Amino acid sequence: MDLNTITDIARPRDRSGLPPFREGDAILGGGTWLFSEPQRTLRRLVDLAGLGWPPIENGAQELRLSATCTLAALDAHAADAPWAAAALVRRCCRSLWGSFKIWNMATVGGNLCLALPAAPMAALAVALDAVCEIWCPDGTDRLLPASGLILAPQRTVLAPGEVLRALRIGRDRLHARYAVRQASLTEEGRSAALLAGRCTEAGGLALTITASVPRPLRLDFADAPAPDVLRAAVEAAGAAAGWYDDPHGAPDWRRHMTLRLAEQIRAELAT
Amino acid sequence: MRLTVDGLPETLAPRPGQCLRTALRETGHHGVKKGCDAGDCGACTVLLDGVPVHSCLLPAFRAENRSVTTVRGLERDGTLHPVQQAFLDHNAFQCGFCTPGMLVTAASLDQEQRQELGRALKGNICRCTGYGPIADAVASLDLPDAASPRDERSLPPPAGPDVVRGRAGYTLDAAAPAGLLHMVLLRSPHPHARIRHIDAEAARAAPGVHLVLTHRDAPDLLYSSAQHERYVDSPDDTRLLDDVVRHVGQRVAAVVADSVAQAEEARALIRVEYELLPPVLSPEAALLPGAPAIHRKDAAASRIADPERNVVGTVRDEIGDVAAGFAEADIVHGAEYRTQRMSHAYLETLSAIAEVDGDGLLTVRSSTQVPFLTREALARVLELPRNKVRVLCGRVGGGFGGKQEMLCEDVAALAALRLRRPVQIEFTRTEQFEAAPCRHPMRIGIRLGARRDGILTAMELRVLSDTGAYGNHGPAVLYHATNESIGLYRCPNKKVDAQVVYTTTPPSGAFRGFGLGQVIFGLEQSVDAVARELGMDPVRFRELNVVKPGDPMTSTRFALHDVEYGSYGLDQCLEHVRTALDAAREEPLPPEIATDPDWRVGTGSATAMIDSAPPFGHKASVRLMLREDGRFELVVGTAEFGNGSTTTHLQIAARTLGTAPCRIAVRQSDTALLDHDTGAFGSTGTAIAGLATQDAARRLLALLREQAAAMHGGAPDTWRLDGDTLSDGVRHLPLSALAPLEADGHASGTPRTVCFNVHGFRLAVHPPTGTIRILRSVHAADAGHVLNPMQCRGQVEGGVAQGLGAALFERIRLDGNGGVENPAFRSYHVPRLADLPRTEVFFADTHDSTGPLGAKSMSESPFNPVPAALANALFDATGVRFTETPFTRDIVWRQLREACPTPASGARTLQTDGAPAGP
Ligand SMILES: Cc1cc2nc3c(=O)[nH]c(=O)nc-3n(C[C@H](O)[C@H](O)[C@H](O)COP(=O)(O)OP(=O)(O)OC[C@H]3O[C@@H](n4cnc5c(N)ncnc54)[C@H](O)[C@@H]3O)c2cc1C
Ligand code: FES
Ligand code: FES
Repeated sequence: MDLNTITDIARPRDRSGLPPFREGDAILGGGTWLFSEPQRTLRRLVDLAGLGWPPIENGAQELRLSATCTLAALDAHAADAPWAAAALVRRCCRSLWGSFKIWNMATVGGNLCLALPAAPMAALAVALDAVCEIWCPDGTDRLLPASGLILAPQRTVLAPGEVLRALRIGRDRLHARYAVRQASLTEEGRSAALLAGRCTEAGGLALTITASVPRPLRLDFADAPAPDVLRAAVEAAGAAAGWYDDPHGAPDWRRHMTLRLAEQIRAELAT
Repeated sequence: MRLTVDGLPETLAPRPGQCLRTALRETGHHGVKKGCDAGDCGACTVLLDGVPVHSCLLPAFRAENRSVTTVRGLERDGTLHPVQQAFLDHNAFQCGFCTPGMLVTAASLDQEQRQELGRALKGNICRCTGYGPIADAVASLDLPDAASPRDERSLPPPAGPDVVRGRAGYTLDAAAPAGLLHMVLLRSPHPHARIRHIDAEAARAAPGVHLVLTHRDAPDLLYSSAQHERYVDSPDDTRLLDDVVRHVGQRVAAVVADSVAQAEEARALIRVEYELLPPVLSPEAALLPGAPAIHRKDAAASRIADPERNVVGTVRDEIGDVAAGFAEADIVHGAEYRTQRMSHAYLETLSAIAEVDGDGLLTVRSSTQVPFLTREALARVLELPRNKVRVLCGRVGGGFGGKQEMLCEDVAALAALRLRRPVQIEFTRTEQFEAAPCRHPMRIGIRLGARRDGILTAMELRVLSDTGAYGNHGPAVLYHATNESIGLYRCPNKKVDAQVVYTTTPPSGAFRGFGLGQVIFGLEQSVDAVARELGMDPVRFRELNVVKPGDPMTSTRFALHDVEYGSYGLDQCLEHVRTALDAAREEPLPPEIATDPDWRVGTGSATAMIDSAPPFGHKASVRLMLREDGRFELVVGTAEFGNGSTTTHLQIAARTLGTAPCRIAVRQSDTALLDHDTGAFGSTGTAIAGLATQDAARRLLALLREQAAAMHGGAPDTWRLDGDTLSDGVRHLPLSALAPLEADGHASGTPRTVCFNVHGFRLAVHPPTGTIRILRSVHAADAGHVLNPMQCRGQVEGGVAQGLGAALFERIRLDGNGGVENPAFRSYHVPRLADLPRTEVFFADTHDSTGPLGAKSMSESPFNPVPAALANALFDATGVRFTETPFTRDIVWRQLREACPTPASGARTLQTDGAPAGP
């Protein structure tokens, strides 16, 4: 929809062109959320598109995923990727409630920074132990584990003027074994629970829980957990964070589905 | 900035925050539609350098130097794109408002995406069709040799080519009049409050603002937004702008400015001082002694049953002796049901353009099902002579009853009269949820008594209906809800105790089914329960108890007696569904269900009866003209909003005259063309308006023959129409020689007949997750002689889809303040392609004595039996009664778990469906 209060678009070509933050600024990724709701307090959009970041850089040690990489580009990359995590990546892209047409515009960074409980890129980033590369307004960078980015629905640790530049994902994580499960009230619908588990090198389980809780939760088990151990841990973590309640699923059902899916993930990775 | 649109260079000067959708529309690219403006519906889809995107989400500046393709750019050298042709061939649209976006999306799919169409089209909403023909059209692209789905009776809709080319003119697709101003509304944040003071000075002084209207500017007159042939059917309880607000979202002020942006900016400057009044958020609370009276008005003058008690209307009656009936019964069953708040979700939001010409003629182009009634209402509210008001519509993007109201025309017209400039208003999707009427939520209590031999002895119905803040359609919906629902059963003792009450929540209004859907949801479950308790097959039980020709159809004394059995196909419908479900029970289960012992399988059905038209008359007018060029022009009053009535009119006129449909042009829905027409609601498009067309065609044919006989001798009836000539077998007169001639046709909407619908499901339900999978969906309809099978099937499929939305997904949630918690398609789930099964449609072989060419109506009613049929199948599968819609997965899971907290012991066999399962 038209954002009628916007009077300015900043279109920086490089980092030095990023304007100093002012009240009413928003960073524009794909715009698929910004343009989907009235934004009466915004005055200026800072468009990242002109920075020309390469969507995906394959390094020797890590994969660097630009914040401006679209979900479509990410999914296409994974479709041809030789690593085991490709299925996880594709499954997470598919878990966006928006269709492939939204994928064509929506960015990885926008999805993370919007920080909805149902953000599939948050599930992905946390499951892959990604590190966020953040541009600070004073020209410095800082690194932050993805699991620490999101505080609450639509709240991140980013300070005004900070820009998420990229996600860095270690190669070893791309070659690990994953299991993913999603629950939704409808077919191809919005995530009510989205869980991903990784079988660690030591034979343990790294479990990421999203959508059924207000922010991504991460449970790390040094050894493969027994069903009741897993259940108790998920139950405790979920209860502490609070089971999420919105029109996409009642909290008691979300809790139940989370426990059920966690157990399915455990069982799948145990074989 | 420069770009290419549909292959041609274009220059746009978008505002910084503008999206591409509006930038395109402002330059006349009206093939791009708005269903939500929020990325959810896909109606605005365009290709950006060949890649499909939602243009409402795309910042317009990003299209600079790129190539944009809208639906209008899909054609190549005047030849339709294969997908456009396929949509035409398959009737893959009704109102057609979703079609441009659907086509652009479909055109972009590769074969792999076409194979997984549910996923590929999850970003496209169609509210009309139920997606079946859309799926068929897309599938046909990979089956080039498949036979055409069109039979010879299924005349394609005349607007089809324009619809698929993105050239059909909806309400806001006409060229904008010079000097057009835009109106936005300030809405109440409170459920109940008195406005103490409005300070609009800053807003009036804001740039571009021409006018701010508040209650001080509004006439004192009370009226109803609901429109009926009989004005008195809804209470006069609404002011154009009121000094009391009765729901969150009620309009408080209207701002008119040069642009929407300026109007919004000024709206933010209005300061309103409210005196908060106690809210009343449920119908139960409204009835409590001491509850605040929401409309303290003169009961008689406003036609409110009991304003002090918040009761708008009641239906209380007993026929026979219900106490005796229950005494005679061997079993007595009682249950209570609830239906949710639900949105019509037609894709074209409410909109209107009002303008006043030099002679003081007010013209309103609006998205309405009732142009003529809206003209009457505008004349009354604005105190104008009737001949100084003209209302017309373009093609209407869906209605489902929701546009049988005057919801924006009045305030736009008031501003246009003040300013003498054209004023446009367009609802946002959020406003649709917050302020446009929803379906009446109801609480339904049922008691049934039956003898062991399977005969119903007593029926008792209690209804509490929530009309929200205003009574529009409240009483009429209640009458209808309590009429054909119980009228279907041949039981001598019936009692109804129903009331409709005010609450301080968004108003309810007319919705497909007009109340029947709600009551049938309860009643048909109770009928099912009684049959099971008696150990009878529920369909057999119905066969035993439903009315048959000759039986009186009884409900309450409020029912009119102009309903007859013009035809009767219920026996065929019941038998068809019974046989289909019997066969379905024998079908092997899909492997993923057969191999997972958790799934439960069941079958269920429900029945619905509906009068073919609303009571108290429904007037239809038609004029048929022979033009100088020897072609015909048919002017119909009724509006086309996807119900397909235009096609039917053409068929009836052509058949009656004896000419080809292509020789007849249709114009419609313009008060300047005819004197009066009640409008397109109550399923009247075919049954009544069609009769008027038949009448006009007969009269015109008679005139032609008389004229020919007068000129050339012979008896008039020896002359026949043959193509473009009139001939008596020897002589051939070109029609142009007889032109101009015209004849008017009328129909009054009485006597009425009855139509029937029976729906059956076989489904599987998965208690551990609450998932429901529909394995078979069968619908049998008695629509009389089916004039256009493809179109009629489309109406049925669409109605079933909407019924499934009601049963499975849709619910407007209110927050603690009575405001809508989910005012967007992202949180209010309208079924997508992936959500729906295919439905097999069967038509009874009947010929109605009252309808045109034997046809009956079939547009509202397929909706009505669907939720109950689903609930009955769920009961069959699980032994649990689902008494409140919708049955979302979380609710199904919870209810099954509560009913059976520990999973049954491992040894489980698949429920053999159909066996009367006890809880
Ligand atoms: C139909 C539909 C379905 C959707 N379904 C889902 C869903 O299932 N789950 C979900 O999570 N979301 C969903 N969304 C919301 C949204 O589209 C997605 O979250 C999307 O990924 C956001 O990305 P974007 O690039 O379009 O973000 P934008 O709209 O551009 O931005 C989103 C937010 O992030 C900020 N931002 C963007 N990039 C950066 C950056 N690099 N650094 C700092 N801040 C930044 C913006 O300022 C803004 O606050 C849906 C949207 C639609 C229209
Ligand atoms: S109008 Fe753009 S998706 Fe609905
Ligand atoms: S035809 Fe699809 S919304 Fe009307």
